[in-house]
Amino acid sequence: MAATTLAPPPVGEDTLLDSNELVLNMGPQHPSTHGVLRVILKLDGETVRGADCVIGYLHRGVEKIAENRTYQQFAPYVDRMDYVAAVSNGLGYCMAVEKLLDVEIPARAQCVRVILTEVNRIASHLLWLGTHALDIGAITPVFLCFREREEALTIFEKYCGARLTTHAFRIGGLQYETYDTFEKDCLAFCDLMQEKVKEYHALLTGNRIWVRRTKGVGILDAADCKDYGVTGPLLRAAGVPWDLRKAQPYCGYEKYDFDIPTAQDGDTFDRYIVRMQEMGQSSRIIRQAVDSLPSGPIKGKVGKVIKPPPGEAYVSIEAPKGELGYYVVSDGSLKPYRVRVRPPSFVNLGALDKMSRGNLVADVVAIIGTIDIVLGEVDR
Amino acid sequence: MPRPPRAGGKRRPVRRKRPVGARRPVRRPIKRKPAKMPSAPWEGPLPEALRARFGEAIEETTLLGGQKLAVGKVAAAADMLAFLKNEQGFDYLVDVTAVHWPKRERQFDVVWILYSFADNERVRLKATLPEGAKAPSAAGLYSSANWLEREAYDMFGIEFEGHPDLRRILMPDEWEGFPLRKEYGIVQQDVDWVRENLKIESAQ
Repeated sequence: MAATTLAPPPVGEDTLLDSNELVLNMGPQHPSTHGVLRVILKLDGETVRGADCVIGYLHRGVEKIAENRTYQQFAPYVDRMDYVAAVSNGLGYCMAVEKLLDVEIPARAQCVRVILTEVNRIASHLLWLGTHALDIGAITPVFLCFREREEALTIFEKYCGARLTTHAFRIGGLQYETYDTFEKDCLAFCDLMQEKVKEYHALLTGNRIWVRRTKGVGILDAADCKDYGVTGPLLRAAGVPWDLRKAQPYCGYEKYDFDIPTAQDGDTFDRYIVRMQEMGQSSRIIRQAVDSLPSGPIKGKVGKVIKPPPGEAYVSIEAPKGELGYYVVSDGSLKPYRVRVRPPSFVNLGALDKMSRGNLVADVVAIIGTIDIVLGEVDR
Repeated sequence: MPRPPRAGGKRRPVRRKRPVGARRPVRRPIKRKPAKMPSAPWEGPLPEALRARFGEAIEETTLLGGQKLAVGKVAAAADMLAFLKNEQGFDYLVDVTAVHWPKRERQFDVVWILYSFADNERVRLKATLPEGAKAPSAAGLYSSANWLEREAYDMFGIEFEGHPDLRRILMPDEWEGFPLRKEYGIVQQDVDWVRENLKIESAQ
């Protein structure tokens, strides 16, 4: 958290009217920063010359907590990082510990995991779409998106009793068997989304204000994405068809037929299109998984006491926001020796400075929205 | 049909497992083989190229649980990262982090996780570091290293040599201590900072 003063323009750079750079504080209490993000903007007139993020307001020391809890006790904490995609967080952590334990997960558990993770991906994208559009000035989508997100949360609620911080998975498989109308609810949700995505397209895609506010804003090309370690929809919008579900399949994703939506320009509009198409692809995966849901046990051979052998593992999954990795080090005791979370939001936010340079102040709001950050995950 | 009452209402005598006063038999712990993660030597063109290029500086190349791990000397880490990026195509720095082992002489493990889009391959590079020594910064090679190294510095106090702007990122700038070091307690705080900035007298 740095103190900042008015700085003279950098040597060799002319500013408008030869004035000093204006330093503007955005946040931490700002509705478009999705939590407590403070951005120190260096401005030349209305043009952004630099954006310095000040983060850590929501730092809870999750990695420190991990070292003081047993493996099972820590599992609910991971849901509190990216709380709009809690299921993905739980999946990544469980998979990392399962890798250390070297256990086999039954097919039914894998399949249910895929279904719930994809439902959560849609829910996460819906929240992103609603708030992103709201930031830019379109108020209607947020109500529609929250209406559909409610259906996704109802599935979680019926499955495990919690709506947001679900703790849906356990190390080794699942805790709960699916409820009676689980398959029916999931398919109904897919049908609903198929209709509603058309509605969002009708509201936004051809909307002149939306297009003008998003086209050509916050461009990050493929080379820069790789340089900044940016993954997820941002990378795909820059034209790189890279998705961990295809590149290094886990949880049986190789069995499902789906495409990786990509775009070319890597601007805010392209990222919008990519995420919209991803919702459709997630529905496709859910339908296939529901149709092929095998019967059988839901938990692998994991004892009540989880004590992985000394060693380490890095496991990453494709979370709605990008590559979410868990680097877990075990010293052979009941508690993890070290849990490192590789958060997609944190790394993607690192490219904010690059993306916002040369854009206008009002575009910074659009760019923060398009990165799709959750401050709980940035700060951990 | 209800069960008929026991005749005479006699109580069944309590059956003791062992006579009163006798010693509890000693239970011997079951001896299990200490479990191990499956590990194998990592063979292939990449580890050979690393060994050919860096020789003694590469200490170990292992497949730990199927994951590629190279342990090297920290003095050569900058060259190894440059070699992996420029000559082996590892164009994406996934993560930079550290692990603290206070009982070891070289207390810190610095871990770089790299990925190659072209080969769909992930490699973990690890180097040990004594307290107070500096690790090389990868910020010149990968922009993503900027924030990741700042976080490693913030949490462990490991300085990255050549980093353009090494300051705390998650903790407040004036905070004393490095929270993810093992000697730092879970409820420990920078009492002075909390008193001064949050006006909490008890600092809890």
